[in-house]
Amino acid sequence: MAHAYTPGLKVTEQTTIRKIRRLPLLGDVLVKVGEMVNPDDVVAKTDLPGNPVSVNVAHDLACEAEDVPRYMVKKPGDKIAKGEALAKSSSFFGLSKRELKSPIDGSVELISGVTGQVTLREPPIPVQVKAYIKGKVVEILPREGVIIETPAAFIQGIFGVGGEVQGQIKLVAKTPNDVLDASSFSPDCKGQIIVGGSLVTGAALKKAIEVGAAGVVAGGIIDADLIALLGYDIGVAITGHEDIPITVIVTEGFGQIKMADKTFNLFKHIDGEVASINGATQIRAGVMRPEIIVPEHKPAGRVAADTTSEGLVPGTPIRVIREPYFGVLAEVVDLPPELQVIETEAKVRILRCKLEDGRVVTVPRANVEIIEG
Amino acid sequence: MSENSHGVRYQLDREINSILATDCGSTTTKAILIEKVDGEYRLIVRGEAPTTVEKPFEDVTAGARNAIREIEELTGKRFLDDKGVINPRRPDGSGVDIFLSTSSAGGGLQMMVAGVVKIMSAESAQRAALGAGAIVMDVISIDDGRLPYQRIQRIRHLRPDMILLSGGIDGGTVTHVAQIAELISAAEPKPRLGIGFKLPIIYAGNKDARGYVSKILGEKTDLRMVDNIRPVLEKEVLGPAREEIHNLFMEHVMAQAPGYDKLMKWTAVPIMPTPGAVGLGMQNAAKEHKMSVVGVDIGGATTDVFSVFGEEYELFNRTVSANLGMSYSICNVLLEAGVANIMRWVPFDIAEADLRNRIRNKMIRPTTIPQTLDELVIEQAISREALRLAFIHHKSLAVGLRGIQQVRDLGAAFDQTLTGQSHIDLMKLGMLIGSGGVLSHAPRRVQSALMMLDAFQPEGVTQLAVDSIFMMPQLGVLSTVHPQASAQVFDRDCLIRLGTSIAPVGHGREGEHAVIVKGTLPDGREVTEEVHYGKMRLIPLGEGQSAEFQIQPTRNFDVGAGKGRNVTQKIIGGVVGVIVDARGRQPFGLPTDKATRMKKLLEWIESLDVYPREVLARYASK
Repeated sequence: MAHAYTPGLKVTEQTTIRKIRRLPLLGDVLVKVGEMVNPDDVVAKTDLPGNPVSVNVAHDLACEAEDVPRYMVKKPGDKIAKGEALAKSSSFFGLSKRELKSPIDGSVELISGVTGQVTLREPPIPVQVKAYIKGKVVEILPREGVIIETPAAFIQGIFGVGGEVQGQIKLVAKTPNDVLDASSFSPDCKGQIIVGGSLVTGAALKKAIEVGAAGVVAGGIIDADLIALLGYDIGVAITGHEDIPITVIVTEGFGQIKMADKTFNLFKHIDGEVASINGATQIRAGVMRPEIIVPEHKPAGRVAADTTSEGLVPGTPIRVIREPYFGVLAEVVDLPPELQVIETEAKVRILRCKLEDGRVVTVPRANVEIIEG
Repeated sequence: MSENSHGVRYQLDREINSILATDCGSTTTKAILIEKVDGEYRLIVRGEAPTTVEKPFEDVTAGARNAIREIEELTGKRFLDDKGVINPRRPDGSGVDIFLSTSSAGGGLQMMVAGVVKIMSAESAQRAALGAGAIVMDVISIDDGRLPYQRIQRIRHLRPDMILLSGGIDGGTVTHVAQIAELISAAEPKPRLGIGFKLPIIYAGNKDARGYVSKILGEKTDLRMVDNIRPVLEKEVLGPAREEIHNLFMEHVMAQAPGYDKLMKWTAVPIMPTPGAVGLGMQNAAKEHKMSVVGVDIGGATTDVFSVFGEEYELFNRTVSANLGMSYSICNVLLEAGVANIMRWVPFDIAEADLRNRIRNKMIRPTTIPQTLDELVIEQAISREALRLAFIHHKSLAVGLRGIQQVRDLGAAFDQTLTGQSHIDLMKLGMLIGSGGVLSHAPRRVQSALMMLDAFQPEGVTQLAVDSIFMMPQLGVLSTVHPQASAQVFDRDCLIRLGTSIAPVGHGREGEHAVIVKGTLPDGREVTEEVHYGKMRLIPLGEGQSAEFQIQPTRNFDVGAGKGRNVTQKIIGGVVGVIVDARGRQPFGLPTDKATRMKKLLEWIESLDVYPREVLARYASK
């Protein structure tokens, strides 16, 4: 049967991270297996075909499309500089002459005697893929990219915006309930990843950008503040390519929600270390969650083995992820096997759990998330 | 037909007693077992498991095996061996006679279409792609209002699975379609899957331009030529293009998705894109029941709408609203519909900021379910708007050919109908079929009926049904090899009949008589319901029952025979019954004033017993 609960987000002080770094097109891999790389090292590169530019030669020379090939000064494949003659025509026994100049530096790709258009192409656009994390190259994907591996502390968020950045972690909240507001940011936050408790306010985000923080992590964000940050509303849960100068990750959801203790405590341990973070989120098959990776983190004490949850059992720490207990942390008390009727009259699999305030309540299993280790 | 992994071709002339079919969806793989019982094909059992196209499994057959294994456990029979599904059946009883599959995993089939004129060849190409089961990522045409460089950037950015290129009538000018081909060539598009592979392009335009299109695109792309989809202006020929789309779906998309090479060997029947198979199922349903059909499948990311109209049920259309769904794209419903449109279906107050945060949290945790009644009401309100918007989109594309000359007789000349009229005639609609979690799993079936009534606003007499476990994809692909089995299971096990709606078209004053419905129920009781404008009534008529009703609209209302004209018709019952919906049509009478509207919503909810009253009253009084 399909699991009737949401597998939790990973929060662990010690795990092995493997990152595939792949080119969009075939190209060259620049590193070797076993090589150590830093986040900004280029590990693979390729050239994307340059932008094409269509020139309506028939129109510009006022001639028929089929006459275009004979008026061309350049042939397909020829290099051409901006301002250089591309095509010339003359009429009335040479009395009227027209010359058409290239609008770009590039090459001639196509001369069409059917449409009268000429396609020029700008020089290739170099594309580089960086390592993103500090680690060791463990595998080469020939002409495509590499796989980089590192032991690391690892935290998954629930939602984020903004792309891959690196910076030093700075935990400014004293408790997981604290709110990150504008006063939490000072000029020395430049280039850092600022971590708060239950919420990052709209004013805080503005200030974070102002001081040049690389990233912000908090428990929650208000919907309207996210819209203000982006300048538009997000319709579909696919992010990571926003044109914003900061990466923002929330660990719990929308609204003010206390950051899970386990997450907050791990931030205490990695405070001051350099992390690679990415806000990219994609919620569909092949779910992608935002991440905070601290490569080569040395745990202070003994760390429990990094295991994937076996599922829900009495005692499992969980978070309720839907109303009426949204955001509340709890512990599973028992898991009755039979379906039960809930307030909506739906018959569903439920569990009973003890909330932080001591109440024992019934919640559909689909509405809880295991706090993974 | 190719051999399956057991080296067998299906021989459909021999007796088929058992059929196993899977649908590999983007999140769940569903398997159904059909067997012949007392001479009839029936659904025996179903199983499901998470789809395994993504990491860590990256093999679709792992999920298919898990789903089938559930069927093995439930039936105590063996269907799998190390090569896959055992077929044909062995003397020891293991295996099945036919195995087949559909798939929308890994993003389904994503296409871009291009044509010369937006409302002509490009629209025909769009219909061909949608009908074949594709998500159309963009439609490029000479007159789409974009500059050439913008079109080129868009083509480069999207990375579709394939492009369908059309344009020009056979023997017509080649210049414009050549221009589109040059644009595509300049963009050097790359396919979504398979780094280093050439992008498949199907050319279905003016046959005189084939030589030039080959010259421009032949080397850079994997170019296929099929018959023109608009050989003359007045004719649309979608078959050859759709067939080639299916071929390329198997060759390129399926062949490169993880594990599909194995799954393809399990069956001798080509794997179909899920929406293509559902479309086939809808067409079969229309022909079988001899009535026009509108079907909808509302998922987490997308909403598909299908319609089959026409004298011979030949006008089939499918649209997919790629960003209208109940989880992944739920925020887009909020964005497109607006908070006010969602809240107009909710009979209590909720702060906008709270509503927006709730919807966002549903987006990032898509598998959660409403625990409280207010959450259920809100979710069903959002679904009404997603369905409504998807239906508007559908109506804009399910139209006759545009821009063509019409032969008019004298009568029609006065009528002055335009080209490009919608095929959707809600008064002629015979059956409305809903599927997808929010409709199929609503705690009370009447909730599904009301969501469909509010979103589609069917007119006159319309049967309502939901696809119980969404087995339409499997039945669609089954119909290509065994139509009888497909039809029998569709009729007996696939649909849950909710009942029939009687909705007079017209509007009046609150309290004014709108319609009288008279009839004799199967238990001999006479019913006479006088329904006033603005009211709803429920007449009990159970599943499997029918009764002849006389429907008498008053002079401002029409139920199919014209204003004030009576209709006598056999009405089909269902798990909900017969809903007389006198809230008016054209326009639909939903009060604009908030207090009046909430009062009305509560009144309708009470009339049909839609939600538990005491619980709802608690939220309404807050």
